[in-house]
Amino acid sequence: MQQRENAKNPKQALQVRRSSLSAWQIGERTAGPKTADLKSAQKHEKGKQQSASDRAGNSTQDHLEQALTYFERVKDYIPLKKNEVLQKHLATVESIALQRGLSPEGLDVLLNVALSGHLADTVNTRILKCLIPASVIAESSVVSAVSWLCVGKCSGSTQLLFLRWLIAMFDFIDHKEKLHALYGFFFCSLQDEKLCPYVCHLLYLLTRRESVKPFRVRRLVDLQAKMGMQPHLQALLSLYKLFCPELVSITLPAKMKTYFKNSESLWKAAINTIRRRNQGTSPTSQQLILGTGHPQSRKRKWNTQLILPACSTDANNPTRSKEINHADILSHSESFPVEQLHTFSQLLQNIHRLEFPSQMGSVLRNSLLLHYINCIKDESIYLRLYYWMGQTLQEECTWYKLDNQQYEEEFKDFLDIVYKTECFLQEGFSSCEEFLYKSLPLWDGFCCRSQILRLVSWIPLSSFSEMKPHLCEPLAQLFFTSSLYFKCSVLESLKELLQNWLNWHVMQLDVESDPKISPLNTTLSGLVNSVAELIHFVGWIATVALHLENNATFLLYFILDFYETQHSCPSLVFICVRIQRALKSLPFVHSFRYRTNLVAAKENELIKKTILQFKFSSQTYQEYNQYIMAMVGCLWTSSAFQKDIHPQGIRLDPEVLKKTRVQEVRNSFNIVHHPALMGYAILFLQQAWPEDKTLNFNLIKGRRWNWYLEYLYVQGLQGLKLFIESSINRVSQVSQTKSGNVQV
Amino acid sequence: MDTPDSGGMTPLGRKTAETGINFTSTTRFSRGLTFIRTHTLFGQSPTRRIIPQTSLLQENVDPQKIAFLLRKQWTLYSVTPMYKFSYGNLKEYSRLLSAFVAAEKQKGLAVEVGNDLGIKVTLSTLLGLKGTDQDQVAVLVQIASRSQLPFENAENKVVWSGWFCCISGDDLLESVPEDFTCLSLFLANGAESYTAIVGSWFQKTFDCYFSRLTISPLNLAWMAAMWTGCKVDSHMAATELVFSVPCIPQSLDISYAIHSEDAKALWDTVQKTPGEVTQEEVNLFMDCLYSHFHRHFKIHLSATRLVKVSTSIASAHCDGNIKILHSKHLIGVLTLLTELAISQIQ
Repeated sequence: MQQRENAKNPKQALQVRRSSLSAWQIGERTAGPKTADLKSAQKHEKGKQQSASDRAGNSTQDHLEQALTYFERVKDYIPLKKNEVLQKHLATVESIALQRGLSPEGLDVLLNVALSGHLADTVNTRILKCLIPASVIAESSVVSAVSWLCVGKCSGSTQLLFLRWLIAMFDFIDHKEKLHALYGFFFCSLQDEKLCPYVCHLLYLLTRRESVKPFRVRRLVDLQAKMGMQPHLQALLSLYKLFCPELVSITLPAKMKTYFKNSESLWKAAINTIRRRNQGTSPTSQQLILGTGHPQSRKRKWNTQLILPACSTDANNPTRSKEINHADILSHSESFPVEQLHTFSQLLQNIHRLEFPSQMGSVLRNSLLLHYINCIKDESIYLRLYYWMGQTLQEECTWYKLDNQQYEEEFKDFLDIVYKTECFLQEGFSSCEEFLYKSLPLWDGFCCRSQILRLVSWIPLSSFSEMKPHLCEPLAQLFFTSSLYFKCSVLESLKELLQNWLNWHVMQLDVESDPKISPLNTTLSGLVNSVAELIHFVGWIATVALHLENNATFLLYFILDFYETQHSCPSLVFICVRIQRALKSLPFVHSFRYRTNLVAAKENELIKKTILQFKFSSQTYQEYNQYIMAMVGCLWTSSAFQKDIHPQGIRLDPEVLKKTRVQEVRNSFNIVHHPALMGYAILFLQQAWPEDKTLNFNLIKGRRWNWYLEYLYVQGLQGLKLFIESSINRVSQVSQTKSGNVQV
Repeated sequence: MDTPDSGGMTPLGRKTAETGINFTSTTRFSRGLTFIRTHTLFGQSPTRRIIPQTSLLQENVDPQKIAFLLRKQWTLYSVTPMYKFSYGNLKEYSRLLSAFVAAEKQKGLAVEVGNDLGIKVTLSTLLGLKGTDQDQVAVLVQIASRSQLPFENAENKVVWSGWFCCISGDDLLESVPEDFTCLSLFLANGAESYTAIVGSWFQKTFDCYFSRLTISPLNLAWMAAMWTGCKVDSHMAATELVFSVPCIPQSLDISYAIHSEDAKALWDTVQKTPGEVTQEEVNLFMDCLYSHFHRHFKIHLSATRLVKVSTSIASAHCDGNIKILHSKHLIGVLTLLTELAISQIQ
């Protein structure tokens, strides 16, 4: 039994208790000995399952195990009456089976016990009614179940119900070879009048051309003569005639409304529930993509069901099959159908003769095909994907719908798949980009939030003039009016966006180096401008956000994260001055990170500058130098708030400064007095002059300034070290090798 | 909806100007889809449309088939370009689609392709249904069920029909490679279950996507104005506009009918350049009608939602249903609908 056990996580273990209680309660409810109560009890149970929903759905594995073990050990007749243990286990199995379906092993156990005749017929009926496969049904279980029929232990009604079950579940049986071997057995059962219609249906499903034999045809014709024109017999005969017209000479009515009684009805609802749970994995759902027979299609428009198309080669389109034939002649090999593609090595072996699925949307679930797409340059692939995805996103977008509750989960799943695919391909889909541009202005900022924001991070690098009105403006509006958490999420996804752009940019640079495939030289700086615009945009919203959120530390963390990413970007230093100002009053960590950032940016720039020889305007450099000067002014030369170097202004009126009542404003942000470093200054003073308790910061100057600096370096402030060494040319020091942009 | 910069883009008039954004700079990984993005982004409604002058059908048209298209209620769909659709294979498609329909209808039972299934699907071309020469040939799909009575096998009853067309859809056509066939507008008449079967077969076989095409109040107003301005020789039905007031518990519909001569007279005073309609003119036309209504009933129709327009040319409902009444204006109506369909799929 242990191998049946799925890997359990602690969460499941936690939940077992609660759900065991609910299972027990259900057991009590259904414990009434009268079978007449059964239906109402089941109904009740169903309602209960729904209300308990996931809570109960996620666990109860233990209980199922117990119940199955119990049923496995049944060796003799066990009555239902006053048998609470049996009733309990039965209820457990029922509730779990209808919610989640049963594993092949579980089905095997239950099928065996239901047909063994050890249990009362009502119990057998209940068991058979809840035999819903979670995935597939093992052929061997079906074969052993059929063998019970031969023993004749179970009643006629149980046999009949089993046949109906078999018909309803036919598509779930994993293999059918051995079942075909039993064709003769089933055929013999035709003589049973009650079973006959169902046996006919089953035979109809099983019949192959080789099953049609003269003696069988004779038998059927005899039966028809005996029983009269029965639709089920006619169905089977017409199928025989279809396969072997020469064997069936009688004329059959060409059109028949219904051949068979509906066998599925008992299990249909449950199957659909389970199918929805593991959408796209069950064998039948692959066949029914848009069929009218699909129960959900009644509620929704036929073409708006969010089911990813199944991966299948197209046999329907003669245009394409012709092409294949053509290819055959050339390559002496057949094309390789995608259905058979299961492993990476198969992909490698057949990559030259692989056919794409008939619906390109199906590649989203197939990582092997995504690999394949990655190495194929066929624009029709992308165009097909583009149209399909664009329309699906548009049709399914939940905030256009009135009753969106129902479909939001589905839509979320879809967006997740799209995002994963984008990550896999390392590329954003243009249909996705357009969807975002179209839909973000109408977004409430809440529905599918994390999915939408993640998709934002894969917007392809393109002209910012397009992105600005369609993405930035609506996003900024939401940003300003939403919670701190939302702000941080937006910053996070913009950081990812920047990261992706920069990665792309680097790749593009590699391509650029090959002159043959770079018709884009001229536009490169245009792309860099887009990156710059994005950084400006983030600078702007981050500044406003800092004001709105009173410089929340959490927010700062994300802002700094963004700027850290920025440094992989060559020669673009666009840090908003106001942020600087906010940063100056920061706790140590941030201030330190900030400085590290700035320096790292500079380092980066120096390297890239030599390699790439970008033609950036001198203005960029001027701006950068101004920032450096301002920083130096604050930290080193104690001249904060003096010069106006930026339109947003770093200089403050003396009047305003006076109002702050801070003494010695000018040096309040130097490395000694800066709030972030004052702690170090105090420690330094304590160590240097242990007897002095007055904490006279002014002692740190001249030679001691240098000691203090060394002290700071020793404390591990590498960023500060880098910054000072690279930005400040100290006359007294020889060791400065790196020349800075700023002469002090 | 005022989009001054989207310029005079009309389906008929050639593209006047690009959107002003240089999309060639969008260098997407060398396998990008830059070619798609040459159109106006996001289907912004053009501010100016040209009324087709040559609204006559081409010569090779089959009048019977055209008559079949008229005076029927069609449900509108937009269809993305079909991959590897071939006009040479229509017969084969008919055979396969027949089998598919039959199989779907009697689910789970064996169906032999090509056998007599009691259902016959025919795909045929609708020659002459073109706005420009570049337009791809329209395709008619019909499902006929064999008569119930076996001896009366002469007439097959058409139970469902649908047709694809793309009138003056050059914009889209130019941006799509050869493997694709652009028949962006699909019109269906008959049980939705058949539409579903046929639609899903096309989706599966040609990797396209069907979406319902609804018509916004703005576009309905355009239709009201454009169709009012059309000349009709024969009987003139009244121009009727239906407005919906979203009130509780039941929504209220206001029907506003105008003698078509009066509507035409009003439109003639509004329209500045013959053969051309602008957004301002449409707005002005509707405003005139609104203020007239307000004078009499003290109801501001501008605060309600236009849901239906019917004129002697055609009638259209916001849900995406259309009935075309006049063969002379068939192309004109379809041109506008094609434009709407294309803007939905791009």
